[in-house]
Amino acid sequence: MVRFEAISKTYPAYRGKPGVNALQDIDFAIPRGSITGVIGRSGAGKSSLVRLINGLEKPTTGRVIVDNRDISALAGRELRLAQRSIGMIFQHFNLLSSRTAAGNIALPLEIAGWTKADIKARVAELLALVGIADKHDRYPSELSGGQKQRVGIARALATRPSVLLSDEATSALDPQTTRAILDLLANINRELGVTIVLITHEMSVVRQLAREVVVLDGGHVVESGHVADIFTHPKHPITQSFLAEVIGDSLPVSLASRMTSEPSAGGQAVIRVQVRGAGAGDTVVARLARDLGLDVALLSARIDEIGGQHVGSLTLGIPGGEDAVTRTLAWLSQHQFSAERLGYVA
Amino acid sequence: MSPELINLIIQATGESLYMVGIAALLGTAFGLPLGVFLATSRKGELFAAPLVNRVLGIVVNATRSTPFIILVVAIIPFTRLIAGTSIGSTAAIVPLTIASTPFIARLVEAAIREVDGGLIETASSFGASPLQIVFKVLIPEALPGLLLALTLAVVSLLGYSAMVGAVGGGGLGDLGIRYGYQRFMPEMMLAVVVVLIALVQLVQSAGDYLARRVNRRLRHR
Repeated sequence: MVRFEAISKTYPAYRGKPGVNALQDIDFAIPRGSITGVIGRSGAGKSSLVRLINGLEKPTTGRVIVDNRDISALAGRELRLAQRSIGMIFQHFNLLSSRTAAGNIALPLEIAGWTKADIKARVAELLALVGIADKHDRYPSELSGGQKQRVGIARALATRPSVLLSDEATSALDPQTTRAILDLLANINRELGVTIVLITHEMSVVRQLAREVVVLDGGHVVESGHVADIFTHPKHPITQSFLAEVIGDSLPVSLASRMTSEPSAGGQAVIRVQVRGAGAGDTVVARLARDLGLDVALLSARIDEIGGQHVGSLTLGIPGGEDAVTRTLAWLSQHQFSAERLGYVA
Repeated sequence: MSPELINLIIQATGESLYMVGIAALLGTAFGLPLGVFLATSRKGELFAAPLVNRVLGIVVNATRSTPFIILVVAIIPFTRLIAGTSIGSTAAIVPLTIASTPFIARLVEAAIREVDGGLIETASSFGASPLQIVFKVLIPEALPGLLLALTLAVVSLLGYSAMVGAVGGGGLGDLGIRYGYQRFMPEMMLAVVVVLIALVQLVQSAGDYLARRVNRRLRHR
């Protein structure tokens, strides 16, 4: 388990640059065996946060507890020993170009003082685990991005860590490779029980892999909890903006350009309905049309699944003037849908 | 050219190679650690010691900006202390080493600084000690650059070694000046220059070859 206790991190002023409060009032725990996403925009403090976990950075105040040990209090040899139980993978893989895939994976084992025979056996095991047993003697320059990250993952797991830190590990990969790497991480979490902490600015990574999420903004944790809870009811504007990346909150251009603020005779009112929760959006259009006897038009819709919950929005066209709009909004609020009137189209 | 003269050239070539070889070895022995330290001891770096870094930097610059021939003369007492004499090829190794050490150190520093800082962070993240980072990450990753640096150092040492002839150091430069210039034997001068050119070509080609060999696997980085 990883626990942050009253953490703050300040970088002092240096060479004319002002000091930076990178993290403030950080207090949360990452459960053992979980996959926790830490999401935020650039400069939100994600990298500082993850580097506190493996002691690459020291907090200005507070403690970081990893496996019941205060890692922020360790230094020198003790810290280096503790770091062997925390693996890390990087956006740009950070492989040694002078070593083969096997040599790169062997590095942390050499540093930990394993014997040659033990290293050889462990490296073979790890290459098989990450699915690139045939790349044993290949240099990084001969590997694709996905293969390099697989080597990075094998290297991070070499000393059997209990925590795996991923610092934007898929940000330099194409979507298909990203999916394959995230699947691999999910397998590793399932089979080895390794706690995974994912630092990312991509909502899609959190959505696909994480079960817990921590939203960082300006050095503060603005929301944290189960992915499904956080993203079905996002409270903070930053969380909402991340959600919008997945479900989209902008109207199709053709619709937006036709929209007016005043109703026209024979036109439709444009109403947006938020969809949150399991199965919530399935039948709303049909039920609305049937109950109110209206020819409801579906102008645009986007529904996605996050943590097993439906999340999205429907844009409906309601004919029949002001009276129909009032009845529609009343029906929606009665059925626990949040909805708003955006305007009118002819 | 008479056999005696040819013998002189062979003997002088041997002296030059001896001076340059030993000075390059010693220069590397001192310059490599010094260069690694210069590259890793600024504020926030692996062996952070900003003050020592700055002082060493000034010493290195001072040594490098002293003209070699002045350095040779200036350190004669020191040379005598180390080598027992200030004349001859063995004595010449002292100023050659002192001149090549800071030169090699700066080249090593530049090569080490080329290594991606992310690799240092990576090695630290799995608990490598600073020395392990130097030997397992920095030096292997900088190896092509280090080999080219060493080649450059040997080539400059060949040039310097021609100068120590002026203080009785022996070698090809000495031969060229005494026979070629002072006794006015242009064919001797020509022979010395040809041998020096051949040596430089040989060293450069060997260095390039080695650097390319270790570099081949990193080409598509």
